[in-house]
Amino acid sequence: MKKEITISVNGEKHTLEVEPRTLLVHVIREHLRLTGTHIGCDTSSCGACTVLLNGKSVKSCTILAVQANGKEVSTVEGMATADGLHPLQEGFKENHGLHCGFCTPGMLMRAAELLENNPNPTEEEIRWGISGNLCRCTGYNNIVKAIQYAGAKMRGEETPSTEPEFV
Amino acid sequence: MIPATFDYAAPQSLEEAFSLLEQHGDEAKILAGGHSLIPMMKLRFASPEFLIDINNIPGLSYIKEEDGYLKIGAMTRESELETSKVIHAKYPIFLDATKLIADPQVRNMGTLGGNLAHGDAANDHPALMMAMRAEVVISSAEGHRAVPIDEFFYGFYMTAVQPNEILTEIRIPVPGPGTGNAYHKLERKVGDYATAGAAVQITLDQQGVCTYAGIGLTNVNPTPMRAARSEEVLVGHKPDAERIELAGQYASEDCSPSSDLRGDEEYKRAMVKVLTKRMITKAIERAHSKG
Repeated sequence: MKKEITISVNGEKHTLEVEPRTLLVHVIREHLRLTGTHIGCDTSSCGACTVLLNGKSVKSCTILAVQANGKEVSTVEGMATADGLHPLQEGFKENHGLHCGFCTPGMLMRAAELLENNPNPTEEEIRWGISGNLCRCTGYNNIVKAIQYAGAKMRGEETPSTEPEFV
Repeated sequence: MIPATFDYAAPQSLEEAFSLLEQHGDEAKILAGGHSLIPMMKLRFASPEFLIDINNIPGLSYIKEEDGYLKIGAMTRESELETSKVIHAKYPIFLDATKLIADPQVRNMGTLGGNLAHGDAANDHPALMMAMRAEVVISSAEGHRAVPIDEFFYGFYMTAVQPNEILTEIRIPVPGPGTGNAYHKLERKVGDYATAGAAVQITLDQQGVCTYAGIGLTNVNPTPMRAARSEEVLVGHKPDAERIELAGQYASEDCSPSSDLRGDEEYKRAMVKVLTKRMITKAIERAHSKG
């Protein structure tokens, strides 16, 4: 009944045996022990489990691990490099884009695809862009600023030095 | 939540998929984007014994105009509709709809074919297909057949797709000059099913007389619904305020919404009227703006 799958996670290949009903998020968290990807609602509503599958942001609680066979998965653990934090991580840090942090890995992965497709999004585009990610702490304003900060940095522009907004 | 045990195959060709269907019959389910099926399996509302994943079959994802039709491959993702040049140029109704379907991550997975084959009147694309009088191409080892959208939805989660068949393509007649279309749904929050929704396509001739009207309604009937009387009141006439009012009224009378957490029946009928009127008006505006 088990199927052998090979997935590349943050550039590293893993071959493992899974039941077809195993969800991708469980492989990431339990088999590979990459617990940065969170399980929130478990119903594809909250976005805490967002990872990139071949560069597209998806909710890993609603994808079977077997569906990822032969594909590339990117998780929050792959974001920072030897040179330091990813501009998005830096943006969240600088702008108080997180309080409890539970939604943050999903927000970061979703925002990564958003900026990939649209390097200079408007505030409205950012808000629509993260509409599949719920945050219960921040009220979103500082998350939007964090993404704007990262966008500016990735475009090689001066990063906005706005005061974080406490709501 | 974890689905009940099942077996799984990811065929590389339609022929291989048909032979798996032959082998497993109605114990098997087709896995497209999976964002309706997998949640149902996790909640154990569905427990198919075999999943046939058609995501690895090449040639099922495309958007092209050909032979008088806009042809969309069944595995075309919602996000691909959102970014398609053809869609942006001529079919704004898809942009109205996809923006309101679930959220960006779900749209990266969800497919047009899956949205229709799921056979759920709460999904949004059925109403669009009604408005545009689409045909659905259903394939099996024996060949292909094209089913008009009005004959596609049989009942709750039931469609014309038989256990040995796979929905492979959607065909939408390329609209003539003077055509506009629009969709809106009322939703409580991002990702919710529609409280009510209306899809409208209108064609006007040089004199402003309506020569075509297609009106589909979302989630206010046991099956996706065509508002036939609303269409009739428009076709052959100049759609003035009085006729638009009547079209909205008929849609609200002819649908059959059920009271639930999204609203009671009376409220939903009122929303159907408002949405139908607004979408007719918007479709007419778009028809004019394109000449």
